[in-house]
Amino acid sequence: MKVPLWKIAHTRSGDKGDTSNIGVIVYDSKDYPLLLKELTAERVKAFFGEIVKGKVERFELPNLGALNFLLHEALGGGGTVSLRIDPQGKTLGAALLKLEVHYNI
Amino acid sequence: MIRIANGQGFWGDWLEAPVRLIEQGPIDYLTLDYLAEVTMSILQKQRQTDPNLGYARDFPPLISRIAKRILERNIRVIANAGGVNPIACAEAVRKVAPGIRVAMVLGDDVLHRIDEFLAKGYEMRNLDTGAQLKTIRERIQSANAYTGAFPLAEALATGAHVILAGRAADPALALAPMIHEFGWGADDWNRLAAGSVAGHIIECGTQATGGNCQVDWQNIPDLANIGYPIVEAEPDGTFVVTKHSGTGGRVHSDVVKEQLLYELGDPKNFIAPDCIADFTTIHLEDVGPDRVRVSGIEGRERPTNLKLSISYANGWKAIGTLVFSWPQALQKAQAADRIVRNRLETLGLSFDEIHTEFFGANACHAHLAAPSDPPEVQLRIGVRSENRKAVDRFTRELIPLVLSGPPGATGYGDGRPPVREIVSYWPALVPREEIKSSIEVLG
Repeated sequence: MKVPLWKIAHTRSGDKGDTSNIGVIVYDSKDYPLLLKELTAERVKAFFGEIVKGKVERFELPNLGALNFLLHEALGGGGTVSLRIDPQGKTLGAALLKLEVHYNI
Repeated sequence: MIRIANGQGFWGDWLEAPVRLIEQGPIDYLTLDYLAEVTMSILQKQRQTDPNLGYARDFPPLISRIAKRILERNIRVIANAGGVNPIACAEAVRKVAPGIRVAMVLGDDVLHRIDEFLAKGYEMRNLDTGAQLKTIRERIQSANAYTGAFPLAEALATGAHVILAGRAADPALALAPMIHEFGWGADDWNRLAAGSVAGHIIECGTQATGGNCQVDWQNIPDLANIGYPIVEAEPDGTFVVTKHSGTGGRVHSDVVKEQLLYELGDPKNFIAPDCIADFTTIHLEDVGPDRVRVSGIEGRERPTNLKLSISYANGWKAIGTLVFSWPQALQKAQAADRIVRNRLETLGLSFDEIHTEFFGANACHAHLAAPSDPPEVQLRIGVRSENRKAVDRFTRELIPLVLSGPPGATGYGDGRPPVREIVSYWPALVPREEIKSSIEVLG
């Protein structure tokens, strides 16, 4: 079955210039393999669509049951340049929680 | 074991936090992080208008408030409050707290050396875009090197009560007392990495103790009285993250994980001035209520370059808003946006960007937001241009819609929005040998 990401993971997001980083952390380490399989850089890039103008990179932190995503050119120029209400991408991590993953019970 | 607390995650953080950290339990070192990426340029502008400014002005009154207690209990303060004018900051501290000895770490300010660096062939390309610094040379407003923990440790060795730096790197503030107390060497990579990770965990204040935390946020206790983070550091590089008992918030491995991931790039290459830390080696363990033990951290040799924080003038911007109410709140706001854009075009004004958000409908999450019929929507239009006059004219184009646009516009109480100069951040590298820190003591 499909479940939204928020059922199995939590996120925190921030910025480095025009790049947003989203840390995704599983609540239960048994779900980490599923996260690795389901939450690819390609899927995250497709999910955000026009929000992310550049590439999406993924890094693995198995010790924390976490993935770190870098969303390049995702903040309208970033920092002081951006005209957005959220120039530092603090809410992008929450947006990702909507993405649906295949979950096998 | 030594206790290192952080009482300020940025300039503007809670004024009571450092006082409470001192009053509510034991600490040995109080770190205070005042500087964000563009803070240096704001401070540089302040120094241009008044040579006695250019530092975090909250800092001297804070030291005045806590002076008696830190002397009684021998608590040492380490802060990057000096900004672009540590000397003026130190003098201001001495004026309001004459019994306090202040050691300054100087040498991070390289604004006057940019041409020298360019002449030596350092391109100082923008680490994000790859562009060459010479393309913005005339617009540079400030330039500072992120300096490491060893100069701060040297300042601690003078015995001063307050260690005051300019652009010391955030994690270095917490690493410095470990180097000072435990005698760690400059090539002690694993332990330097551990101290840098400890600094990263506490540098954003309460983001390590339950603030801005998604996990069970409704049940995190008493955020009104949230405790700021404390690291209990051991000589072997292991440490416990905690907070004073009786304070609000929560310290748990889930919370610490969120902060470890905050503003992280490649986890195997967390680059600090003093080492490179590998975040994939961090081991967390919940060892008691509000206690997380951190161990296993591995590091590698420090980078050959130091990072520069350069800021430069980059045009003008303004953001204006109008509120439209139900019914058809979003449709009205969209209609008003079309009218404003039409008029800007008719006026022949050109902008690098016009960006519209419908606050209440899609501002944070754009097309990912679910469709809804909100009771009100705020139209939020921003423009950006090299041409200040174009931006200024834009700020006059929203309010007329109260009478001439879709029905039910309000929320224009503050009148025309201000035109702001954009100061952009330019991260770059120089060889570390170019940056020589020095220590000066007042008092």
